[in-house]
Amino acid sequence: MNMRHRNSAWLIALTVFGSAGYLLLADCDPRLLEIVGLSLFVSLSALCIGTLLGLPLGAWLAVSRFPGRTALVVALNALMGLPSVVVGVLVYLALSRSGPLGSFGLLYSPTAMVIAQSALVLPLIAAVARQIIEDAWQEYAPEFSLIGIGRLHAVGLLLADCRFSLTVATLAGLGRAMSEVGAVMIVGGNIEGYTRVMTTAIALETSKGDLALSILLGCVLMTIILGLNVIAHALRTWASRRYG
Amino acid sequence: MAHRFRSLILVLGLLLGAAQAGETLLVASTTSTEQSGLFGWLLPKFEQATGIKVRVVAVGTGQALDIGRRGDADALLVHDHAAEESFVAEGFGSYRKDVMYNDFVLIGPRSDAAGVRAAANASSALRAIARSGLPFVSRGDRSGTHTAELRLWKDSGVDPKTLAGYKETGSGMGPTLNMAAATGAYTLSDRATWFAFRNRRDLDVLRAGDPLLFNPYGVIPVNRARHPHVKKEAAERFAQWLTAPTGQQAIASFRADGQQVFFPNAKK
Repeated sequence: MNMRHRNSAWLIALTVFGSAGYLLLADCDPRLLEIVGLSLFVSLSALCIGTLLGLPLGAWLAVSRFPGRTALVVALNALMGLPSVVVGVLVYLALSRSGPLGSFGLLYSPTAMVIAQSALVLPLIAAVARQIIEDAWQEYAPEFSLIGIGRLHAVGLLLADCRFSLTVATLAGLGRAMSEVGAVMIVGGNIEGYTRVMTTAIALETSKGDLALSILLGCVLMTIILGLNVIAHALRTWASRRYG
Repeated sequence: MAHRFRSLILVLGLLLGAAQAGETLLVASTTSTEQSGLFGWLLPKFEQATGIKVRVVAVGTGQALDIGRRGDADALLVHDHAAEESFVAEGFGSYRKDVMYNDFVLIGPRSDAAGVRAAANASSALRAIARSGLPFVSRGDRSGTHTAELRLWKDSGVDPKTLAGYKETGSGMGPTLNMAAATGAYTLSDRATWFAFRNRRDLDVLRAGDPLLFNPYGVIPVNRARHPHVKKEAAERFAQWLTAPTGQQAIASFRADGQQVFFPNAKK
Protein backbone atom coordinates (compact mmCIF):
# COMPACT_ATOMS: atom_id res chain seq x y z
CA MET A 1 0.00 0.00 0.00
CA ASN A 2 2.82 2.26 0.98
CA MET A 3 4.46 1.51 -2.35
CA ARG A 4 1.35 2.40 -4.29
CA HIS A 5 1.12 5.74 -2.49
CA ARG A 6 4.68 6.52 -3.30
CA ASN A 7 4.14 5.64 -6.93
CA SER A 8 1.19 7.96 -7.28
CA ALA A 9 3.22 10.71 -5.61
CA TRP A 10 5.83 10.28 -8.31
CA LEU A 11 3.22 10.28 -10.98
CA ILE A 12 1.84 13.56 -9.68
CA ALA A 13 5.31 15.09 -9.45
CA LEU A 14 6.04 14.02 -13.02
CA THR A 15 2.79 15.47 -14.30
CA VAL A 16 3.25 18.75 -12.46
CA PHE A 17 6.80 19.32 -13.62
CA GLY A 18 6.09 17.96 -17.07
CA SER A 19 3.23 20.35 -17.63
CA ALA A 20 5.09 23.27 -16.01
CA GLY A 21 7.96 22.64 -18.38
CA TYR A 22 5.58 22.28 -21.32
CA LEU A 23 3.82 25.55 -20.52
CA LEU A 24 7.09 27.41 -20.22
CA LEU A 25 8.34 25.93 -23.47
CA ALA A 26 5.14 26.47 -25.44
CA ASP A 27 4.92 30.05 -24.23
CA CYS A 28 8.34 30.96 -25.57
CA ASP A 29 10.08 31.04 -28.89
CA PRO A 30 10.04 27.68 -30.75
CA ARG A 31 13.81 28.07 -31.00
CA LEU A 32 13.84 27.38 -27.27
CA LEU A 33 12.91 23.76 -27.99
CA GLU A 34 15.96 23.44 -30.21
CA ILE A 35 18.16 24.86 -27.43
CA VAL A 36 16.64 22.45 -24.88
CA GLY A 37 17.14 19.56 -27.32
CA LEU A 38 20.79 20.44 -27.85
CA SER A 39 21.36 20.79 -24.09
CA LEU A 40 19.95 17.30 -23.56
CA PHE A 41 21.85 15.84 -26.51
CA VAL A 42 25.23 17.28 -25.44
CA SER A 43 24.92 16.56 -21.71
CA LEU A 44 23.40 13.08 -22.06
CA SER A 45 26.03 12.07 -24.65
CA ALA A 46 28.78 13.33 -22.33
CA LEU A 47 27.10 11.48 -19.45
CA CYS A 48 27.05 8.19 -21.43
CA ILE A 49 30.75 8.53 -22.26
CA GLY A 50 31.62 9.59 -18.72
CA THR A 51 29.63 6.69 -17.20
CA LEU A 52 30.94 4.03 -19.57
CA LEU A 53 34.54 5.02 -18.85
CA GLY A 54 34.18 6.39 -15.33
CA LEU A 55 32.46 3.44 -13.62
CA PRO A 56 35.03 0.80 -14.70
CA LEU A 57 37.86 3.22 -13.93
CA GLY A 58 36.48 3.89 -10.44
CA ALA A 59 35.87 0.17 -9.82
CA TRP A 60 39.35 -0.76 -10.99
CA LEU A 61 40.90 1.86 -8.74
CA ALA A 62 38.77 0.60 -5.81
CA VAL A 63 40.08 -2.98 -5.95
CA SER A 64 43.68 -2.46 -7.09
CA ARG A 65 46.66 -1.96 -4.84
CA PHE A 66 49.82 -0.49 -6.34
CA PRO A 67 52.45 2.09 -5.32
CA GLY A 68 51.14 5.62 -5.82
CA ARG A 69 47.50 4.52 -5.63
CA THR A 70 46.69 6.86 -2.74
CA ALA A 71 48.13 9.79 -4.67
CA LEU A 72 46.00 8.81 -7.67
CA VAL A 73 42.85 8.60 -5.51
CA VAL A 74 43.53 12.04 -4.02
CA ALA A 75 44.22 13.46 -7.48
CA LEU A 76 40.98 11.96 -8.81
CA ASN A 77 39.02 13.42 -5.90
CA ALA A 78 40.63 16.80 -6.56
CA LEU A 79 39.55 16.59 -10.22
CA MET A 80 35.93 16.68 -9.01
CA GLY A 81 36.66 20.37 -8.51
CA LEU A 82 38.09 20.81 -12.00
CA PRO A 83 36.94 24.29 -13.15
CA SER A 84 34.83 23.99 -16.29
CA VAL A 85 36.46 27.06 -17.80
CA VAL A 86 39.89 25.38 -17.53
CA VAL A 87 38.55 22.31 -19.35
CA GLY A 88 37.08 24.70 -21.92
CA VAL A 89 40.41 26.40 -22.58
CA LEU A 90 42.33 23.08 -22.74
CA VAL A 91 39.83 21.53 -25.19
CA TYR A 92 39.80 24.80 -27.15
CA LEU A 93 43.61 24.75 -27.49
CA ALA A 94 43.54 21.07 -28.53
CA LEU A 95 40.77 21.46 -31.13
CA SER A 96 41.77 24.87 -32.52
CA ARG A 97 43.04 24.86 -36.11
CA SER A 98 46.45 25.79 -34.68
CA GLY A 99 46.26 22.98 -32.08
CA PRO A 100 47.23 19.28 -32.25
CA LEU A 101 43.73 18.08 -33.29
CA GLY A 102 42.99 21.11 -35.49
CA SER A 103 42.79 19.15 -38.75
CA PHE A 104 39.48 17.58 -37.66
CA GLY A 105 37.83 21.01 -37.65
CA LEU A 106 35.78 20.20 -34.55
CA LEU A 107 35.96 23.55 -32.73
CA TYR A 108 32.63 25.42 -32.43
CA SER A 109 30.55 22.26 -32.95
CA PRO A 110 28.30 20.12 -30.70
CA THR A 111 30.98 17.39 -30.88
CA ALA A 112 33.49 19.73 -29.24
CA MET A 113 30.95 20.42 -26.49
CA VAL A 114 30.42 16.68 -25.87
CA ILE A 115 34.21 16.18 -25.63
CA ALA A 116 34.58 19.03 -23.11
CA GLN A 117 31.68 17.88 -20.93
CA SER A 118 32.88 14.26 -21.02
CA ALA A 119 36.24 15.43 -19.69
CA LEU A 120 34.37 17.26 -16.93
CA VAL A 121 32.07 14.46 -15.76
CA LEU A 122 34.43 11.48 -16.15
CA PRO A 123 36.61 12.24 -13.09
CA LEU A 124 33.52 13.09 -11.02
CA ILE A 125 31.79 9.78 -11.84
CA ALA A 126 35.00 7.80 -11.38
CA ALA A 127 35.74 9.39 -7.99
CA VAL A 128 32.25 8.80 -6.57
CA ALA A 129 32.16 5.24 -7.98
CA ARG A 130 35.59 4.51 -6.49
CA GLN A 131 34.36 5.38 -2.99
CA ILE A 132 31.10 3.40 -3.29
CA ILE A 133 32.80 0.30 -4.68
CA GLU A 134 35.72 0.43 -2.27
CA ASP A 135 33.26 0.36 0.66
CA ALA A 136 31.52 -2.69 -0.82
CA TRP A 137 34.88 -4.31 -1.63
CA GLN A 138 36.04 -4.08 1.96
CA GLU A 139 32.87 -5.87 3.00
CA TYR A 140 33.17 -8.70 0.45
CA ALA A 141 36.95 -9.03 0.05
CA PRO A 142 37.36 -11.96 2.51
CA GLU A 143 34.58 -13.97 0.86
CA PHE A 144 35.90 -13.21 -2.61
CA SER A 145 39.37 -14.44 -1.69
CA LEU A 146 37.85 -17.49 -0.01
CA ILE A 147 36.10 -18.64 -3.18
CA GLY A 148 39.08 -17.51 -5.26
CA ILE A 149 37.55 -14.71 -7.32
CA GLY A 150 40.11 -12.63 -9.24
CA ARG A 151 40.31 -8.84 -9.31
CA LEU A 152 38.84 -8.47 -12.79
CA HIS A 153 35.90 -10.72 -11.99
CA ALA A 154 35.41 -8.86 -8.70
CA VAL A 155 35.17 -5.52 -10.57
CA GLY A 156 32.27 -6.89 -12.61
CA LEU A 157 30.51 -8.40 -9.59
CA LEU A 158 30.89 -5.22 -7.51
CA LEU A 159 29.64 -2.97 -10.34
CA ALA A 160 26.57 -5.18 -10.69
CA ASP A 161 26.01 -5.39 -6.95
CA CYS A 162 26.35 -1.63 -6.35
CA ARG A 163 24.34 -0.64 -9.42
CA PHE A 164 21.67 1.17 -7.40
CA SER A 165 24.11 3.19 -5.29
CA LEU A 166 26.08 4.00 -8.43
CA THR A 167 23.15 5.94 -9.89
CA VAL A 168 24.24 8.71 -7.49
CA ALA A 169 27.55 8.95 -9.35
CA THR A 170 25.72 9.21 -12.66
CA LEU A 171 23.23 11.78 -11.34
CA ALA A 172 26.09 13.89 -9.99
CA GLY A 173 27.61 13.76 -13.47
CA LEU A 174 24.30 14.75 -15.02
CA GLY A 175 23.98 17.76 -12.74
CA ARG A 176 27.52 18.86 -13.49
CA ALA A 177 27.07 18.52 -17.26
CA MET A 178 23.66 20.20 -17.50
CA SER A 179 24.63 23.15 -15.31
CA GLU A 180 28.11 24.08 -16.52
CA VAL A 181 28.56 27.07 -18.80
CA GLY A 182 32.31 27.77 -18.86
CA ALA A 183 33.38 24.90 -21.11
CA VAL A 184 30.53 24.88 -23.66
CA MET A 185 30.76 28.66 -24.06
CA ILE A 186 34.43 28.47 -25.06
CA VAL A 187 34.43 25.37 -27.28
CA GLY A 188 30.90 25.81 -28.68
CA GLY A 189 30.96 29.57 -29.18
CA ASN A 190 27.25 29.99 -28.30
CA ILE A 191 26.31 30.07 -32.02
CA GLU A 192 22.60 30.67 -32.51
CA GLY A 193 20.79 27.63 -33.90
CA TYR A 194 23.92 25.47 -33.74
CA THR A 195 25.81 25.43 -30.43
CA ARG A 196 23.57 27.50 -28.15
CA VAL A 197 22.48 25.53 -25.07
CA MET A 198 20.42 26.47 -22.02
CA THR A 199 23.31 27.73 -19.90
CA THR A 200 24.93 29.82 -22.64
CA ALA A 201 21.51 31.24 -23.57
CA ILE A 202 21.02 32.28 -19.93
CA ALA A 203 24.46 33.92 -19.89
CA LEU A 204 23.61 35.76 -23.13
CA GLU A 205 20.25 37.06 -21.90
CA THR A 206 21.89 38.21 -18.66
CA SER A 207 24.47 40.19 -20.62
CA LYS A 208 21.67 41.71 -22.71
CA GLY A 209 20.17 42.92 -19.44
CA ASP A 210 17.03 40.81 -19.89
CA LEU A 211 17.10 39.41 -16.37
CA ALA A 212 13.47 38.28 -16.44
CA LEU A 213 14.09 36.05 -19.45
CA SER A 214 17.28 34.71 -17.79
CA ILE A 215 15.31 33.67 -14.73
CA LEU A 216 12.61 32.10 -16.90
CA LEU A 217 15.22 30.08 -18.81
CA GLY A 218 16.79 29.15 -15.48
CA CYS A 219 13.42 27.79 -14.31
CA VAL A 220 13.06 25.75 -17.50
CA LEU A 221 16.56 24.31 -16.98
CA MET A 222 15.87 23.48 -13.33
CA THR A 223 12.60 21.82 -14.30
CA ILE A 224 14.42 19.66 -16.86
CA ILE A 225 17.12 18.65 -14.36
CA LEU A 226 14.46 17.90 -11.76
CA GLY A 227 12.45 15.92 -14.32
CA LEU A 228 15.51 13.83 -15.24
CA ASN A 229 16.13 13.13 -11.56
CA VAL A 230 12.50 12.15 -11.02
CA ILE A 231 12.72 9.74 -13.97
CA ALA A 232 15.99 8.30 -12.64
CA HIS A 233 14.51 7.83 -9.20
CA ALA A 234 11.34 6.22 -10.54
CA LEU A 235 13.41 3.84 -12.69
CA ARG A 236 15.55 2.96 -9.72
CA THR A 237 12.58 2.29 -7.48
CA TRP A 238 10.94 0.18 -10.16
CA ALA A 239 14.12 -1.79 -10.90
CA SER A 240 14.99 -2.42 -7.27
CA ARG A 241 11.51 -3.81 -6.67
CA ARG A 242 11.69 -5.98 -9.72
CA TYR A 243 15.32 -7.13 -9.61
CA GLY A 244 16.53 -5.95 -6.19
CA MET B 1 13.73 1.97 -22.40
CA ALA B 2 17.38 1.62 -23.40
CA HIS B 3 16.58 1.37 -27.10
CA ARG B 4 14.06 4.20 -26.89
CA PHE B 5 16.74 6.38 -25.36
CA ARG B 6 19.16 5.39 -28.09
CA SER B 7 16.66 6.28 -30.79
CA LEU B 8 16.15 9.67 -29.15
CA ILE B 9 19.89 10.29 -29.38
CA LEU B 10 19.81 9.07 -32.97
CA VAL B 11 17.00 11.43 -33.92
CA LEU B 12 18.77 14.35 -32.28
CA GLY B 13 21.97 13.37 -34.07
CA LEU B 14 20.15 13.30 -37.40
CA LEU B 15 18.63 16.72 -36.72
CA LEU B 16 22.08 18.10 -36.03
CA GLY B 17 23.40 16.41 -39.14
CA ALA B 18 20.64 17.98 -41.23
CA ALA B 19 21.50 21.38 -39.81
CA GLN B 20 25.06 20.85 -40.99
CA ALA B 21 24.07 20.34 -44.65
CA GLY B 22 24.83 23.19 -47.08
CA GLU B 23 27.75 25.59 -47.03
CA THR B 24 28.48 27.28 -43.73
CA LEU B 25 30.73 30.19 -42.90
CA LEU B 26 32.12 30.90 -39.46
CA VAL B 27 32.34 34.60 -38.61
CA ALA B 28 33.98 35.86 -35.44
CA SER B 29 32.44 39.16 -34.49
CA THR B 30 31.68 41.44 -31.59
CA THR B 31 29.01 41.31 -28.93
CA SER B 32 27.64 44.67 -30.15
CA THR B 33 26.65 43.29 -33.60
CA GLU B 34 25.17 40.08 -32.17
CA GLN B 35 23.39 41.41 -29.08
CA SER B 36 21.83 44.42 -30.82
CA GLY B 37 20.14 41.93 -33.18
CA LEU B 38 21.95 43.16 -36.32
CA PHE B 39 23.06 39.65 -37.33
CA GLY B 40 19.56 38.30 -36.78
CA TRP B 41 18.43 40.94 -39.30
CA LEU B 42 21.25 40.62 -41.88
CA LEU B 43 22.10 36.93 -42.00
CA PRO B 44 18.75 35.57 -43.28
CA LYS B 45 19.00 38.09 -46.15
CA PHE B 46 22.57 37.01 -46.90
CA GLU B 47 21.61 33.33 -46.75
CA GLN B 48 18.70 33.92 -49.11
CA ALA B 49 20.94 35.73 -51.60
CA THR B 50 23.86 33.29 -51.54
CA GLY B 51 22.70 30.03 -49.93
CA ILE B 52 25.54 30.37 -47.41
CA LYS B 53 24.64 29.82 -43.76
CA VAL B 54 26.63 32.02 -41.39
CA ARG B 55 27.51 30.98 -37.85
CA VAL B 56 28.54 33.80 -35.56
CA VAL B 57 30.82 33.55 -32.55
CA ALA B 58 30.30 36.83 -30.70
CA VAL B 59 33.23 37.89 -28.50
CA GLY B 60 35.26 41.05 -27.88
CA THR B 61 37.24 42.42 -30.86
CA GLY B 62 40.56 41.40 -29.28
CA GLN B 63 39.41 37.80 -28.90
CA ALA B 64 37.80 37.79 -32.37
CA LEU B 65 41.15 38.83 -33.91
CA ASP B 66 42.83 36.07 -31.90
CA ILE B 67 40.32 33.48 -33.19
CA GLY B 68 41.12 34.67 -36.72
CA ARG B 69 44.86 34.50 -36.06
CA ARG B 70 44.52 30.84 -34.98
CA GLY B 71 42.51 30.07 -38.12
CA ASP B 72 39.32 29.19 -36.24
CA ALA B 73 37.10 31.59 -38.23
CA ASP B 74 36.66 32.29 -41.95
CA ALA B 75 35.89 36.00 -41.67
CA LEU B 76 35.82 38.76 -39.06
CA LEU B 77 33.52 41.74 -38.53
CA VAL B 78 35.11 43.85 -35.82
CA HIS B 79 35.72 47.41 -34.62
CA ASP B 80 39.30 48.34 -33.80
CA HIS B 81 40.71 50.00 -36.91
CA ALA B 82 44.37 50.06 -35.86
CA ALA B 83 44.36 46.41 -34.72
CA GLU B 84 42.52 45.37 -37.91
CA GLU B 85 45.15 47.05 -40.11
CA SER B 86 47.96 45.23 -38.30
CA PHE B 87 46.03 41.93 -38.53
CA VAL B 88 46.03 42.33 -42.34
CA ALA B 89 49.64 43.62 -42.41
CA GLU B 90 50.79 40.51 -40.49
CA GLY B 91 49.25 38.38 -43.25
CA PHE B 92 46.39 36.88 -41.22
CA GLY B 93 43.72 38.71 -43.21
CA SER B 94 43.44 39.04 -47.02
CA TYR B 95 42.18 42.65 -46.84
CA ARG B 96 40.01 44.95 -44.75
CA LYS B 97 36.95 46.82 -45.99
CA ASP B 98 34.91 49.55 -44.31
CA VAL B 99 31.36 48.31 -43.64
CA MET B 100 29.59 50.70 -41.29
CA TYR B 101 30.01 52.81 -38.20
CA ASN B 102 28.12 53.64 -35.08
CA ASP B 103 29.27 55.68 -32.16
CA PHE B 104 30.20 55.24 -28.58
CA VAL B 105 28.04 56.88 -25.96
CA LEU B 106 29.02 57.98 -22.47
CA ILE B 107 26.57 56.40 -20.05
CA GLY B 108 26.04 57.46 -16.47
CA PRO B 109 23.48 58.16 -13.73
CA ARG B 110 20.77 60.66 -14.75
CA SER B 111 21.75 62.97 -11.88
CA ASP B 112 25.22 63.35 -13.52
CA ALA B 113 26.99 64.67 -10.43
CA ALA B 114 30.31 64.77 -12.33
CA GLY B 115 28.95 67.17 -14.95
CA VAL B 116 29.57 65.08 -18.06
CA ARG B 117 26.73 66.75 -19.99
CA ALA B 118 28.22 70.19 -19.43
CA ALA B 119 31.77 69.27 -20.50
CA ALA B 120 33.18 70.73 -23.73
CA ASN B 121 33.97 67.35 -25.33
CA ALA B 122 34.32 63.64 -24.55
CA SER B 123 37.86 63.83 -23.17
CA SER B 124 37.08 66.76 -20.88
CA ALA B 125 34.01 64.76 -19.77
CA LEU B 126 36.40 61.99 -18.64
CA ARG B 127 38.50 64.60 -16.81
CA ALA B 128 35.30 65.71 -15.03
CA ILE B 129 34.57 62.12 -13.96
CA ALA B 130 38.18 61.76 -12.72
CA ARG B 131 37.92 65.01 -10.72
CA SER B 132 34.60 63.99 -9.16
CA GLY B 133 35.98 60.68 -7.84
CA LEU B 134 32.76 58.95 -8.92
CA PRO B 135 32.90 55.31 -10.09
CA PHE B 136 33.68 54.43 -13.72
CA VAL B 137 33.48 50.81 -14.94
CA SER B 138 35.68 49.74 -17.82
CA ARG B 139 35.43 46.63 -20.01
CA GLY B 140 39.10 45.83 -19.39
CA ASP B 141 38.95 42.99 -21.95
CA ARG B 142 40.95 44.23 -24.99
CA SER B 143 37.68 44.67 -26.90
CA GLY B 144 37.13 47.40 -29.47
CA THR B 145 35.19 49.43 -26.91
CA HIS B 146 37.94 48.99 -24.31
CA THR B 147 40.66 50.18 -26.74
CA ALA B 148 38.51 53.17 -27.69
CA GLU B 149 38.01 53.99 -24.00
CA LEU B 150 41.77 53.81 -23.35
CA ARG B 151 42.41 56.11 -26.34
CA LEU B 152 39.92 58.57 -24.85
CA TRP B 153 41.62 58.47 -21.43
CA LYS B 154 45.00 59.04 -23.12
CA ASP B 155 43.49 62.01 -24.92
CA SER B 156 42.21 63.41 -21.64
CA GLY B 157 45.64 63.20 -20.03
CA VAL B 158 44.35 61.17 -17.07
CA ASP B 159 45.78 57.77 -16.17
CA PRO B 160 42.63 55.83 -15.17
CA LYS B 161 44.65 53.29 -13.17
CA THR B 162 45.36 56.02 -10.61
CA LEU B 163 41.64 56.63 -9.97
CA ALA B 164 40.03 55.03 -6.92
CA GLY B 165 36.63 54.80 -8.64
CA TYR B 166 37.97 53.05 -11.78
CA LYS B 167 37.04 49.32 -12.02
CA GLU B 168 37.78 46.86 -14.81
CA THR B 169 35.08 44.20 -15.19
CA GLY B 170 37.08 42.04 -17.62
CA SER B 171 33.85 41.07 -19.37
CA GLY B 172 31.51 41.96 -22.20
CA MET B 173 29.50 45.14 -22.73
CA GLY B 174 26.32 43.67 -21.21
CA PRO B 175 27.85 42.52 -17.89
CA THR B 176 29.68 45.87 -17.69
CA LEU B 177 26.39 47.78 -18.18
CA ASN B 178 24.74 45.54 -15.56
CA MET B 179 27.50 46.52 -13.13
CA ALA B 180 27.21 50.22 -13.98
CA ALA B 181 23.44 50.02 -13.48
CA ALA B 182 23.83 48.33 -10.11
CA THR B 183 26.47 50.73 -8.77
CA GLY B 184 25.41 53.98 -10.45
CA ALA B 185 28.73 54.22 -12.30
CA TYR B 186 29.78 55.92 -15.54
CA THR B 187 30.86 53.77 -18.51
CA LEU B 188 31.54 53.87 -22.23
CA SER B 189 29.26 51.75 -24.45
CA ASP B 190 28.63 51.34 -28.13
CA ARG B 191 25.27 52.77 -29.14
CA ALA B 192 23.85 49.49 -30.49
CA THR B 193 24.37 47.45 -27.30
CA TRP B 194 23.00 50.31 -25.19
CA PHE B 195 19.76 50.56 -27.17
CA ALA B 196 19.24 46.79 -27.03
CA PHE B 197 20.04 46.70 -23.29
CA ARG B 198 17.07 46.15 -20.98
CA ASN B 199 18.35 46.57 -17.41
CA ARG B 200 19.06 50.34 -17.53
CA ARG B 201 17.74 51.37 -14.11
CA ASP B 202 18.94 54.94 -13.48
CA LEU B 203 21.42 55.08 -16.38
CA ASP B 204 21.07 57.31 -19.40
CA VAL B 205 23.07 58.54 -22.38
CA LEU B 206 24.94 61.63 -21.20
CA ARG B 207 27.07 62.30 -24.29
CA ALA B 208 26.78 61.23 -27.91
CA GLY B 209 27.71 62.42 -31.38
CA ASP B 210 31.22 63.58 -30.43
CA PRO B 211 33.79 63.08 -33.24
CA LEU B 212 36.05 61.45 -30.62
CA LEU B 213 33.37 58.76 -30.15
CA PHE B 214 33.29 57.59 -33.78
CA ASN B 215 33.26 53.75 -34.00
CA PRO B 216 33.98 52.20 -37.42
CA TYR B 217 33.47 48.49 -38.23
CA GLY B 218 35.47 46.56 -40.84
CA VAL B 219 35.15 43.14 -42.47
CA ILE B 220 38.22 40.94 -43.02
CA PRO B 221 38.33 37.55 -44.79
CA VAL B 222 40.93 35.36 -43.09
CA ASN B 223 43.90 34.73 -45.39
CA ARG B 224 43.96 31.28 -46.99
CA ALA B 225 47.72 31.59 -47.55
CA ARG B 226 48.06 31.43 -43.75
CA HIS B 227 45.27 28.92 -43.02
CA PRO B 228 44.60 26.61 -46.04
CA HIS B 229 41.27 25.23 -44.72
CA VAL B 230 39.61 28.68 -44.66
CA LYS B 231 36.49 28.98 -46.84
CA LYS B 232 37.92 31.73 -49.01
CA GLU B 233 35.12 32.06 -51.62
CA ALA B 234 32.32 32.14 -49.04
CA ALA B 235 34.24 34.60 -46.84
CA GLU B 236 34.85 36.94 -49.79
CA ARG B 237 31.21 36.76 -50.86
CA PHE B 238 30.28 37.74 -47.31
CA ALA B 239 32.64 40.74 -47.44
CA GLN B 240 31.36 41.73 -50.89
CA TRP B 241 27.69 41.40 -49.94
CA LEU B 242 28.11 43.51 -46.80
CA THR B 243 29.82 46.30 -48.74
CA ALA B 244 27.59 46.12 -51.87
CA PRO B 245 24.37 48.22 -52.15
CA THR B 246 22.08 45.36 -50.98
CA GLY B 247 24.03 44.74 -47.80
CA GLN B 248 24.52 48.44 -47.14
CA GLN B 249 20.78 49.06 -47.47
CA ALA B 250 20.03 46.15 -45.17
CA ILE B 251 22.35 47.68 -42.54
CA ALA B 252 20.71 51.10 -42.92
CA SER B 253 17.21 49.67 -42.45
CA PHE B 254 18.05 47.85 -39.19
CA ARG B 255 16.43 49.28 -36.05
CA ALA B 256 17.19 48.56 -32.39
CA ASP B 257 14.54 49.88 -30.01
CA GLY B 258 13.14 51.95 -32.92
CA GLN B 259 16.47 53.65 -33.64
CA GLN B 260 19.01 53.38 -36.42
CA VAL B 261 22.21 52.32 -34.68
CA PHE B 262 24.50 51.33 -37.57
CA PHE B 263 25.33 53.59 -40.52
CA PRO B 264 26.73 52.01 -43.70
CA ASN B 265 29.94 53.60 -44.98
CA ALA B 266 31.51 51.21 -47.51
CA LYS B 267 33.61 52.93 -50.17
CA LYS B 268 32.02 52.78 -53.60
